[in-house]
Amino acid sequence: MKKERKKNLYNLALWTWSWVATLAIASFGPKYIWDDHTVLTTLAISVNFVHGILMIVANRRMFNNFDELERKIHLESLALTLGLAVVVGLSYSLLDTTNLIAYDAAISNLVIFIGLTYLVLVTINTRRYA
Amino acid sequence: MKNRLKVLRAEYSYTQEDLADIIGVSRQTINAIEKEKFDPSLPTAFRISKLFKLPIEVIFHFEETK
Repeated sequence: MKKERKKNLYNLALWTWSWVATLAIASFGPKYIWDDHTVLTTLAISVNFVHGILMIVANRRMFNNFDELERKIHLESLALTLGLAVVVGLSYSLLDTTNLIAYDAAISNLVIFIGLTYLVLVTINTRRYA
Repeated sequence: MKNRLKVLRAEYSYTQEDLADIIGVSRQTINAIEKEKFDPSLPTAFRISKLFKLPIEVIFHFEETK
């Protein structure tokens, strides 16, 4: 179980880093590396998309290797994160469309919110069962 | 659910880590079961029962929560 867990964790870390790296290339490449070349931009976005899918597959594999308590902890955290992401995301969007905030709502802010919420909830739930 | 897991583990001189490895769960799960913060699944309860050669109802006692 431990060997399998290490292998799954290593794979997830590998695909997450490669997804982040290809995302950075797809984001900054058109402006700083290949001067808005459409074919290269499309290729970079496609490579990033494929790496994203492989990251999800690695995450699923790790999740399926969790034991019953870990699954419970992560499922509770995921359920709350999903609910909060929908509610906070739509409120954030409304704040933008009604011009109650001076700047445009950015998807990256929501992604950061989801990541931090999940991290905090997994920590809290893990401590609950410690 | 009440259980005698900690006592049985001590009788067999297993650490939480040892028991976790044998049963195929994490050490945190064994700890949570012993502290009665988490009820194990039926397959895990059966594996524990088989390991200690005792019926499940001798190891785990169900109590209705109020």
